[in-house]
Amino acid sequence: MSDNLVAVRDLKIGARVFPPGEKPHDIEIVHGVSFDLQKGKVLGLIGESGAGKSTIGLATMAYGRGGVEITGGEVWVNGREILNTSLRDLRKLRGTEVTYVSQSAAASFNPAKKIMDQVIEASVHAGKFSKKDAEARAVELFTKLGLPSPETIGDRYPHQVSGGQLQRCMTALALCPEPDLVVFDEPTTALDVTTQIDVLMAIKDAIRDTGVAALYITHDLAVVAQVSDEIMVLRMGDMVEHGTTDQIINAPVEDYTRDLVSVRSRVHEGKPPTDNPVLTIENVTARYKGTNFDVLHDVSMELHAGQTLAVVGESGSGKSTTARVMTGLLPAREGRIVFEDRTLSADLAGRSRDELREIQMIYQMADVAMNPRQTVGTIIGRPLEFYFGMRGAEKRKRIEELLDDIEMGSEFKDRYPAELSGGQKQRVCIARALAAKPKIIICDEVTSALDPLVAEDILRLLHNLQQRENVAYLFITHDLATVRAIADSIAVMYQGRVVRYGTKADVLSPPFDDYTDLLLSSVPEMRLGWLEEVVKHRKMESAGN
Amino acid sequence: MPLLVKLLAQRIALGLLLLLLVSALIFWGTNILPGDVAQSILGQSATPEALANIREELGLNEPAISRYFDWLGGLVQGNLGTALTSGQDIASSLGSRLKNTLFLAFWAAVVAVPLAIFLGLLAVRYRERWPDKLISAVTLASISVPEFLIGYILMYFIGVKLGWAPTVSMIHDGMTLGQKLSSIALPVAVLTMVVLAHMMRMTRAAILNVMQSAYIETAELKGLSMFTIIWRHAFPNSIAPIVNVVMLNLAYLVVGVVVVEVVFTYPGMGQYLVDHVSKRDVPVVQACGLIFAAVYIGLNMVADIVSILANPRLRHPK
Repeated sequence: MSDNLVAVRDLKIGARVFPPGEKPHDIEIVHGVSFDLQKGKVLGLIGESGAGKSTIGLATMAYGRGGVEITGGEVWVNGREILNTSLRDLRKLRGTEVTYVSQSAAASFNPAKKIMDQVIEASVHAGKFSKKDAEARAVELFTKLGLPSPETIGDRYPHQVSGGQLQRCMTALALCPEPDLVVFDEPTTALDVTTQIDVLMAIKDAIRDTGVAALYITHDLAVVAQVSDEIMVLRMGDMVEHGTTDQIINAPVEDYTRDLVSVRSRVHEGKPPTDNPVLTIENVTARYKGTNFDVLHDVSMELHAGQTLAVVGESGSGKSTTARVMTGLLPAREGRIVFEDRTLSADLAGRSRDELREIQMIYQMADVAMNPRQTVGTIIGRPLEFYFGMRGAEKRKRIEELLDDIEMGSEFKDRYPAELSGGQKQRVCIARALAAKPKIIICDEVTSALDPLVAEDILRLLHNLQQRENVAYLFITHDLATVRAIADSIAVMYQGRVVRYGTKADVLSPPFDDYTDLLLSSVPEMRLGWLEEVVKHRKMESAGN
Repeated sequence: MPLLVKLLAQRIALGLLLLLLVSALIFWGTNILPGDVAQSILGQSATPEALANIREELGLNEPAISRYFDWLGGLVQGNLGTALTSGQDIASSLGSRLKNTLFLAFWAAVVAVPLAIFLGLLAVRYRERWPDKLISAVTLASISVPEFLIGYILMYFIGVKLGWAPTVSMIHDGMTLGQKLSSIALPVAVLTMVVLAHMMRMTRAAILNVMQSAYIETAELKGLSMFTIIWRHAFPNSIAPIVNVVMLNLAYLVVGVVVVEVVFTYPGMGQYLVDHVSKRDVPVVQACGLIFAAVYIGLNMVADIVSILANPRLRHPK
């Protein structure tokens, strides 16, 4: 093992679980995983949630998050076995030999301290660099990572820089002590695609320039293909396949890997708009209470029965605000909302119960959109009582039909949300929306929190239900693969305005406006060398201008 | 930083408004009490004429509202009026009493606040292990026993049996600081025990809450030791709740020392207040009430101001 920086042998990891209604007990979440990593190489760990990716990544620092405990196997770093090492020796390893970049830099930076102090803390604490040298190195890294004003950005507090910048600061924090290994745990997942590309490129360059080895953890195969030398596919704590990036992407052996590679390739044939839109919003302008600037400017769009309008754009572009205006949660300042042939009151309070029934919502976080103390039956039954006055046997029968519609059996009726998987929870939310028999369902990032394969299932279900119920969807998403899979029409939003609007075929065909071009070209593609191509293309363009 | 200035100005204005309302409440409250000074000076056998004369002399026949504004006007100029029973100027006799009470409260705070915070940090460091449980048990026990009882227990064992500290805490201007401190050792100990548990438990809870944050994990993965993490990363983010409970307890140290002062016959405001309540000397009671209210409002205002200043988002806007 002499040329291996990291050697993991038969790693077993356990956790204590607290299932509702049962005694707490220990389960095994990683069942004997082994791999090697050489100096300067990048290994991608990929899998769905619960695959054990982060847990394995943190095990290279002999760290278990929460109740997680490493129960067996060996982890060698720099020729030392670290699982049987004292905490004192582990502290010397953590933060200097092996460092960690988390998914949410915003949460991982201490809000009360300046960025610079946090970036150099580990190096100075371990006595690796003097304060002055560490600061000089940090500035060098800030420059390398393409941060604006690298000399002074360290004097700011975390809330004073953007999410993408903070993620790069976190990378600087990890690279500052000249570590041998960096564990990147979904470092770009929380970012917009347009930001992701810059951070990804910055990380890739930094890895190359410093010669550091890395574990790159993500659920997005297209992303990991851009930065890794090798990829290991994990599922439910077991290794499925391990090979070079080229082999995994272009010649996967296992069925599961093939599913992951081909996921998001689902394409939906877009339909042309009908003559009678079911809902139209016309020239809507809106602002939040207590502010003096508009967050929506002159927004217009149409929803058609049995069709899906996808609203895309980065965070803060006004997608969800548009949905809030439609539902009346945020009254529009100007403009009209026309349902079938009547104008709806801008304010929620001015709408009749039947008007409220016609527009239902499904949210991103199914977890928090349900009362954890109500059973699935109660949750789905509530709109039946509220809108249709159903009681007793009639209600029960309808609940069972709805559970059938979402491809879950009637035995789920008495379960609580905590007993369901992420996909099942989202299905229950869909059933609750359907129970009201609405003409319009607003889907706000409904698949963003789900694993790709589960998300695909949900999209298929939504599509089938639409065919049958002839309901119109307003589908809010930042993910263009989802748009291809479900949309008939698309509205691209940027800074509170609709910058491009039309049928899917029109919006996704050139010539593009600048923003749509940027957005479309930023979506990671499942092939090697995509990242370099895009970056090169952009450099040429900006040189041409 | 106009936002910060605006928030602070609002908070201070609110404090002053509150103080004005409390002054009205105190005045109104003391006026609806049955009986008056004239009655208590002359006793049960007073003739109506004598009562009327005294009331006239003391200005008690004026309408309440004009007496309130007279009183308020005096307050603003630092004039608390004269005691009806002794005819002395309240401000000057209250001054030395207040000084003594603040002296006692100050030294109790100097001992109790750092000790409580240190014990809180220690309890977090050894959470759910024996030091945590011991600290919790001892501080809870000491807050559960009435303070006069703790006072007498300490007086008996430390004062009488061991003879380490005087049992009567008389102080006067002629004493050196060392003599004064030795004289108030026992009441300081009692007060510390009374306020310790509350502050220590709040510190522990506030820091434990912060310890769940992702940035604490970052600090752990930097290889920092537990105490460094608690002190450098958790504590700065728990200042607001800690300062709040510290200020509440400081206010209690000033306002709530009445019992302890009486037990140790300490010449503070508590005793002075108790004396004059029994004599129905309304101006003195009003002045004491207002000073206590001002201490409470002032310290809570300081707590809020510190909370505002401790928030990096307000201190360093984008």
